[in-house]
Amino acid sequence: MAEMNMAKAINKALFEAMERDERVVVLGEDVGKDEGVFRITEGLHAKFGDRRVIDTPLAESGIVGTAIGMAIYGLRPVAEIQFSGFDYYNYHQLESHAARFRNRTRGRITVPMVMRAPYGGGIRALEHHSESREAIYAHTPGLKVVIPSSPRNARALLHSAIQDPDPVIYYEPKAVYRAFKEEVPDQLETLPIGQAQVVKKGSDITLISYGASLRPTLEAAELLEEEDNCHAEVIDLLSIVPMDSETILESVSKTGRAVVVHEGPRTCGVGSEIIARINEDALLYLEAPVRRVTGYDVPIPYFSKERFFLPDTDKILEAARETLAF
Amino acid sequence: MPRKPIKLPANIEYLSVLDENGKVDRELEPKLSADDLKKMYRYMLLARRADERMLNLQRQGRIGTFPQSTGHEAISIGSVFALQKSDWHVPAYREFAGMLYRGWPLETLFLYWGGFEEGARPPEEVNDLPYCVPVASQLLHAAGLGMAMNIKGDKKVVLTYFGDGSSSEGDFHEGLNFASVFQAPVIFVCQNNQYAISVPLSRQMKCETVAQRAVAYGIPGIRVDGNDVLAVYAATAEAVERARNGGGPTLIEGLTYRTTPHTTADDPKRYRNEEEAKEWVTKDSLIRFTQYLAAKGVMDEKAKQALEEEIDHEIKESVRRFEALAQNEELLNPLSMFDYMYADTPKVLERQRDELSDHLRKKKEGQTKAGEHGGSARKAVAAADSPKKSK
Repeated sequence: MAEMNMAKAINKALFEAMERDERVVVLGEDVGKDEGVFRITEGLHAKFGDRRVIDTPLAESGIVGTAIGMAIYGLRPVAEIQFSGFDYYNYHQLESHAARFRNRTRGRITVPMVMRAPYGGGIRALEHHSESREAIYAHTPGLKVVIPSSPRNARALLHSAIQDPDPVIYYEPKAVYRAFKEEVPDQLETLPIGQAQVVKKGSDITLISYGASLRPTLEAAELLEEEDNCHAEVIDLLSIVPMDSETILESVSKTGRAVVVHEGPRTCGVGSEIIARINEDALLYLEAPVRRVTGYDVPIPYFSKERFFLPDTDKILEAARETLAF
Repeated sequence: MPRKPIKLPANIEYLSVLDENGKVDRELEPKLSADDLKKMYRYMLLARRADERMLNLQRQGRIGTFPQSTGHEAISIGSVFALQKSDWHVPAYREFAGMLYRGWPLETLFLYWGGFEEGARPPEEVNDLPYCVPVASQLLHAAGLGMAMNIKGDKKVVLTYFGDGSSSEGDFHEGLNFASVFQAPVIFVCQNNQYAISVPLSRQMKCETVAQRAVAYGIPGIRVDGNDVLAVYAATAEAVERARNGGGPTLIEGLTYRTTPHTTADDPKRYRNEEEAKEWVTKDSLIRFTQYLAAKGVMDEKAKQALEEEIDHEIKESVRRFEALAQNEELLNPLSMFDYMYADTPKVLERQRDELSDHLRKKKEGQTKAGEHGGSARKAVAAADSPKKSK
């Protein structure tokens, strides 16, 4: 058991996966000698060398496209895109190929690869370095999309992603990288992809979130407890695709009220899908309309104003109170 | 008969006019007036000094992470100097010097790196696109601008920039291919500083020069000493002349070295020997250009000092204006994030703007537990209540 932050926990998972399985290779810009701009690949190049830790030319489509080829040939590539703001260059490779090979070859050719990328705002980064576009991938049939929220689940989810037989988008909340530490067990852990976690039990309202938004959501839940004597249940989605409807529906059927929280834009965002599922299967249990606390339908502002775009504890608290008072 | 060499127009030259000791090749020396030379020097020095000042501002947390442009002034100024005002300039993100020359106020560029969208708004009458962070993507915009100039029959040209790393992106190929197929009047300038963050040139490409890639597109390509502003100018002036007269695009590779970190968030000691960087500092463009100007009698020590003082004053005033803007209520207004999304604002955005506005008002009134925001946040909350400005 050791305490570590999320950056270290992801690094640990990569290290362990490479040690356990020689098919695992890491490729991307500055992942080798520089050990990643966020130091996520620290120590990998020194330990596993050029052959398995590959500093690539500056070309995202090249990184993901060649990862697809490697996966088809039997490797387990983990491709790093330096910032999710640059993964549009390679979106074509994911949409047209990674997501489709199994389907179009009727199961003959598969693409067991992972694309990792830091996403989200809150670190005063440059333009194009703070987006949350997980919904694009969620809207791409054939891809799985997972987003950890803590060091421990980050490490476990990455193992699951690497072991998964299909392409997985693993988005890392960069605002959480070094935000806090958590005990991470020595023995290997995985987390089933497609399973959400109830991280706080409650009976009055369900708060659903994931990634960097989970922390303010939990803070809001604690304040509801302290100030309103209200018991909020908090769900950490972890897996955007496949989405764990059962955990959501079970909770909402119990509480009758829900607020969905994410920093990606609202329209056709992950929250829209969550609410659609609630409406389809738990509408009659609802006591109030389900609220969304999300990023707005604008590019995330440059850093002087980004905090006003992001969901924060106050916004979540306000939405929860209005939902409770409905 | 079955197998024989194909003759390719492979003629890639290297051009150097002013060597690192300040010695000029009289035959290759471009004909520039004393005023022009002084102007070149002025903008190179302005960019250099302002870049140093920005590093300071960044360390103090007054602006954010930014890519330094020190060492890239000669390529930027040498090339942009060959443009007319009516031509177009499409920078990447190290063309600080060229943007200043084209008419971007210093404080506007400070605003960009200081976290304000207003820093990406080109001044009126300046035919520039703003900084472009997603590498190589701007090369296609430049190709399209050039194609449009052809379609409209305008005798203008486009100058665009990219780095050695960017030349690996698919957009680089597509930009050069479109421009060459359609004979677009575009000059593609590579700021080859030999590093893409940590990845050296040798890992970026197998070929010896970026310039030789021109052969594959059937266009002229040349490598120039990127620390030699006269060589960059000479090569660009030739390319501009050709493009303006229907001769199509040119690829110019300026060879320099990134003596600084990639950005203020980077630490080059992790991946390279800093002795290498020190060696390149001695090849700096400003050192040799100063020597040249002195030898030519264009600028003596006294004039140089006067210019330095003038520039330092200008930077100081710009920083002052930037800081005033960074405290400006209109610029800090969080609701401005909803502006300029579409020509007509859809109702859904108005609703989201009202939602944020209500939230900020409630927060101000203390209906929800206030967060731990500092003074600027309070000021921004106050600004959000000010009447919406019509556009």
